[in-house]
Amino acid sequence: MSLEVSQLTVHHGAICAVNDVSFSVKKGELVAVIGSNGAGKTTLLRTLSGLNKATHGSATWNGHNLLHSKPERIVRHGVSHVSEGKAVIPELTVSENLELGAIWRKNKKESSASKAEITAIFPRLGERLKQRADTLSGGERQMLAIGRALMSKPEILLLDEPSLGLAPLVVEQIFQTIRDLATSMGLTVVLVEQNAMGALKIADNGIVLNLGKVAVTGTAQSLIADPQVRAAYLGY
Amino acid sequence: MHRFQKSNKLLLFIAFGFILFLLSNRVDELRVYQGASIAVYVIAISSIILLTGYSGQVSLGHGALLAIGAYSAAVARNEFNVPVVLCFFIAVLAAAFGGVLLGVAAARLTGPYLAGATLALAIGLPSLANQFTILGGEQGLIFDVGFPPLSLGEDFTQYKWFFWISALAALISMWLLSNVLRSRFGQNWRAGRSHEVAAQLAGINTGRSKILAFTISAGVAGLSGALLSMTIGTVSPSAFPLALSFSLLTGAVLSGVTTLSGVMIGAVTLVAIPEIADVIANRIGASERITTNLPGLIVSTLLIITVLFVPHGPVEQHRSRKAKKLLQKKN
Amino acid sequence: MIQLINTLLIGITAGSIYALMAIAIVLVWRSTRVINFAQAGMALLSTYFGYEAMVHLNSFWIALPVAMIGGAAVAAFIELVFMRFLLKRSAHGAISGVAPIIATLGLLGVIRSLTSSIWGGQDVRIVGPVSNVGYSLGANTLAFSPLKLLILVTVIVLVLLLSLLFQKSNMGLSLRASAFSPEIARLSGIRVNGVRTLGWSLAGASGAVAGMFQTVNGNGSFSPDSIEFSLLLVSGFIAAVIGGLDSLVGAVIGGLVLGLVISFVLMYINSSLFFIAPFVILLIVLFVRPQGIIGAKAARRA
Repeated sequence: MSLEVSQLTVHHGAICAVNDVSFSVKKGELVAVIGSNGAGKTTLLRTLSGLNKATHGSATWNGHNLLHSKPERIVRHGVSHVSEGKAVIPELTVSENLELGAIWRKNKKESSASKAEITAIFPRLGERLKQRADTLSGGERQMLAIGRALMSKPEILLLDEPSLGLAPLVVEQIFQTIRDLATSMGLTVVLVEQNAMGALKIADNGIVLNLGKVAVTGTAQSLIADPQVRAAYLGY
Repeated sequence: MHRFQKSNKLLLFIAFGFILFLLSNRVDELRVYQGASIAVYVIAISSIILLTGYSGQVSLGHGALLAIGAYSAAVARNEFNVPVVLCFFIAVLAAAFGGVLLGVAAARLTGPYLAGATLALAIGLPSLANQFTILGGEQGLIFDVGFPPLSLGEDFTQYKWFFWISALAALISMWLLSNVLRSRFGQNWRAGRSHEVAAQLAGINTGRSKILAFTISAGVAGLSGALLSMTIGTVSPSAFPLALSFSLLTGAVLSGVTTLSGVMIGAVTLVAIPEIADVIANRIGASERITTNLPGLIVSTLLIITVLFVPHGPVEQHRSRKAKKLLQKKN
Repeated sequence: MIQLINTLLIGITAGSIYALMAIAIVLVWRSTRVINFAQAGMALLSTYFGYEAMVHLNSFWIALPVAMIGGAAVAAFIELVFMRFLLKRSAHGAISGVAPIIATLGLLGVIRSLTSSIWGGQDVRIVGPVSNVGYSLGANTLAFSPLKLLILVTVIVLVLLLSLLFQKSNMGLSLRASAFSPEIARLSGIRVNGVRTLGWSLAGASGAVAGMFQTVNGNGSFSPDSIEFSLLLVSGFIAAVIGGLDSLVGAVIGGLVLGLVISFVLMYINSSLFFIAPFVILLIVLFVRPQGIIGAKAARRA
């Protein structure tokens, strides 16, 4: 079981947002994709979940082609995407947002997580099941977004900037939860982050994107130690 | 250079008018009458193009504005014996006043809300005419512009007279409109249409320019309404049904709402449709039911097809294709 | 006193029909962000389906579901073969904002002329299942009849069923999620395209009931040129806007408000303000409370 991306190229009109990117992620691995604004991180993730169309290359998860499929089909292959900016539906209640995650599962009981399992991971959500999602704090919304993705018992989680706009303490908590998910549930995680240091600290491996191309790859420790990466992305 | 172009354009309009005049002597009465209708539609359609294409607003209530123009011209003529030329001016002013009111409302509404509100107006306003005895109720009013002056000769028919008046009005209003659109106002409208926020940041009062667009458009619509009732001879609620608003919208979309230059296409089509429908109905030997509904069906189908396949009108389509070719050549 | 009660009762019954029309508009707006000006035309067509069923089977209770199914099918067909294509094609350019409006108007015209050429311009008659003679209260006759009661009860039942569907079922959750955030819905595995078609068919069925009831509640006749039809055309839109366009509860409230106001204007002010009254109400609502009675933050300027 692995994510294989090879020679992936994505255009937005005339602009080449992702340029000849190749990498692979093994089962249970947590990979951080870092890079500055406009490096193509989000586009990369959106292409893997079927929201953007690739111009060239290939991407497979467990042998399932991800590039010529619609998002609603890709999620059925066990790929769950939490898009940027606290991806919850504010008009729905917390409970409904969670239900949404498993809505496509035909045999609900066996194949999807129960709300109880999710609230065990995020106790704060359990206290707010009946509230509308727009009454939640930023951190709680992010938890809800991840919780929704987990409801369908995915095999791989694509996370887009979960730390965006959150207070440092909450960021730490969210990152810790992501690490735990990978370790305890054996979940494969691709974590796209602007917060490079935070992401690399919890990741196994890292990929640095620059202007749509892979600049450096390696284990998270090696990237933290790399003077060039430190200067460009970690700020010291 | 600019100056030259302007006077050049005026000459072009005059030349066009002269050709129309010559033509009107060569064709039979029916064609002359249709020519008058085309001129009326040209004015009405250009008022919609002005609004939709240049200010990005859609009004389904232009039938109501036409009615305002027609009724005020008729009332001025019948009750106060105002000279005919002045009647048309009164029609313009009255409808423009209605346009100000509508524009104030429209400046706060966009897209579907404006469309729905004007739709309600188009259905509601003509029925209001039944309310006032001065407006003649269901029968309506007579609007008579009188016989053609004798100096034009004895065989100068009434229809030809209608044609002259409408064609002259059409030429004058097209010339004025094309100048307005090239002015600062026209530029402001286009700016507001494509990027309202950006236009506001650039210091354009988009609200005020929308109201202005509505006012001018309504005035032009009022003129066409008065001319329309001139060709029919009467003004009544049934002359301004919802179907009229739809036809005008179709004419505008057919002409291409982003430019005035295609306006003839829409006008000619609208006048030709009943005739085409007749031919089709005769050819297939359709029943009376189908015959009466065929024009409406053709108008609506054309509207849909145009929106789907040439959404910016044939003129713009042609232009962009030419521009593309030019680009390819350069490369 | 009796006049006041009658005015109220007439208003509520008419309002409940407008509410169904408004629900149809809201359902379409929520699923494709398009105001369907052809909705009344679709209701007209469905009513003719119902009329055919009446002619051949002679039962209102068969005709009603026939109209509903017919309306749903027509709506689904329009969404599938027409709206999808249109929205894809007109996504850009100067006309993108008005193209859907113009297209649904064109559709309205097509449906009107088609029904007119198939069934003729004359009125068709549909007789209600129960009497439309008012109940008597002492010496007075109320303007409320068994038929009006039936209409009211049926509308209430339908609205309850619909809200149950939306609030309690997976289908309802899919419909709401797709309306509020198509992207998150797709990422959650919902086939948003299919859900849109479903929203349109529900709207078609709801409009069909409105058309059938509008016919029997009036003088039993219906045609593309009738007042009943024009009223459906504007009332659904206006009631939906009063209710805030995005809310089913709002649509019901909007319909009732509209029905009551029209009824009071007719009874106490002037009966020829029939068509201008809805327009004035619409303007007042748009100016005083542009987000509608129910609507929250969502601005009108889009």
